Amino acid sequence: MSTVQQPLPQRTAPALRDPLARRRLVWLLAAFVIAWPMLQLSGFAPSALFAPGNLQVIGGFLAGFLPPETAPDFLAMLAKATLETLAMATAGTALAFVIGAPLAFVTTRALSVSRIGPGPGRAQAGMVRQAGRSVLMVLRAVPEIVWALVFVRALGLGPAAGVLALAITYGGMLGKVYAEVLESTDTRPARALLESGSGRFAALVYGLLPNSAQELISYTVYRWECAVRASVVMGFVGAGGLGQLMDQSMKMLNGGEASSILLVFLVLVLLADALSNALRRLLA
Amino acid sequence: MSFSLDKVGLVHPNGHRALRGVSFAARSGDRVAVIGPSGAGKTTLLRVLGAALRPGEGTVQLLGESPWSLAAPALRKLRSRIGTVHQSPPIAPRLRVVTAVLSGRLGQWSAMRALASLLRPSDLAGAHEVLSRLSLEERLFDRCDRLSGGQLQRVGIARVLYQRPALLLADEPVSALDPTLADAALQQLVAQSESTGATLVASLHAVDLALRWFPRIVGMRGGQVVFDEPVGNVTEPMLVALYASEGGLPVQARERPIDIASGAFASGAANTIERPDCL
Repeated sequence: MSTVQQPLPQRTAPALRDPLARRRLVWLLAAFVIAWPMLQLSGFAPSALFAPGNLQVIGGFLAGFLPPETAPDFLAMLAKATLETLAMATAGTALAFVIGAPLAFVTTRALSVSRIGPGPGRAQAGMVRQAGRSVLMVLRAVPEIVWALVFVRALGLGPAAGVLALAITYGGMLGKVYAEVLESTDTRPARALLESGSGRFAALVYGLLPNSAQELISYTVYRWECAVRASVVMGFVGAGGLGQLMDQSMKMLNGGEASSILLVFLVLVLLADALSNALRRLLA
Repeated sequence: MSFSLDKVGLVHPNGHRALRGVSFAARSGDRVAVIGPSGAGKTTLLRVLGAALRPGEGTVQLLGESPWSLAAPALRKLRSRIGTVHQSPPIAPRLRVVTAVLSGRLGQWSAMRALASLLRPSDLAGAHEVLSRLSLEERLFDRCDRLSGGQLQRVGIARVLYQRPALLLADEPVSALDPTLADAALQQLVAQSESTGATLVASLHAVDLALRWFPRIVGMRGGQVVFDEPVGNVTEPMLVALYASEGGLPVQARERPIDIASGAFASGAANTIERPDCL
């Protein structure tokens, strides 16, 4: 008895090669090709750090930082400057919120009524949104240090110039990021509310904020932390606070004072982190 | 006339044609079930009736208005008179049940009242009342992300009951509920329609539920209305043809087979169908 061997149909080997592999490799190489000339352009040469002469200079500079300055009259000055910096960062961020939040409300696509359907007023709504976006762009295109220089001329030396500078630049940043956070959360609840005739503001607080409040809060607190740091830079141009104190200490080559100031910064950043975590837990 | 669609056609932006020459009208207080295989265009039809999608062809009249020629404020007012139960309830998970239910009336409230009610619920009694109709009153202060899928679906129904719309649309409103709860929920939707005079249009995947609760059945397939008949005229061959591609009639409760062949529906008297009184 013989069985006739049926020839099996030719099977092609299963394609186990990831079709995306080549594209990913190309992008990785492209990133290197782009990054290399940038490093060259910025004169990045880490080896210079370790040249014997340079190490000595840096070492001498850092050695001057120890021990931190603890003289009572300096600490009193430090406390006053810290309060000034905190006040500048807080007032600046609060004003930035007042500027950014309404602009985000206007520009976010997550609350567009005219896109439902699409309905009436779509062209006008698009124009308003684009105008809002342009305002945000102008606000954040100019660095806060430039605004600070301008306002120091107008308002004189002191934290008021820093507050305004922060408010303008950070208002632009907050507005842009708020609008994008709202768009990247689940927008269906808000859309369903708009579809049943609710207003944009009601749709925001019932449909979008419950989902995105945590992220919005954490970004806002992070911006406040950035504002604390930015106020230092602005202090260098005369906007008061810790920055101005730092500027004086550095100019007088007083490392002990500088390191005391840096320690205060560390504490402030830790504080911002704790605040952010506490608020996120509260809203979880 | 509650609504009328005339030769409505709709092509989604991705090029998929969802509706083709649909003409469909109902008087105030009508109760209509839309059935058909998945992809038949039931959801799209309901979204057109909810003034949420604008069809490219044909004319739409909703509650005496022509929605797509209205200015924005009038359109918003019209939308606040239409309520939709969505298949997967679009409710922000962090909202409390009471807030989710009260949000049904946001279209009628001022922005100030909406904000105040978010901090302190403005109509606890009202929210409690509609939730108790769906036996969910003990979850009043729970957060929506603590609910099961079926409970959340009932919150979505409660929200629309609280809205008291003149046109009540329900897209697969009981898909996540077991047969007993599904019957109870449909009973509440029907009762709402009877007591407020609202027109009720529900898309249902389960044919037995449609035949049990609705006096008028619309069969859809491939974006077209295949039949639009009083429930008494719906015959088994019509249903089998409708669901030919799915290889069998989808039903909610297998243990209660649909009784079409016995001629119960052929009598033409929809009201003789025994309604389950499980609640």
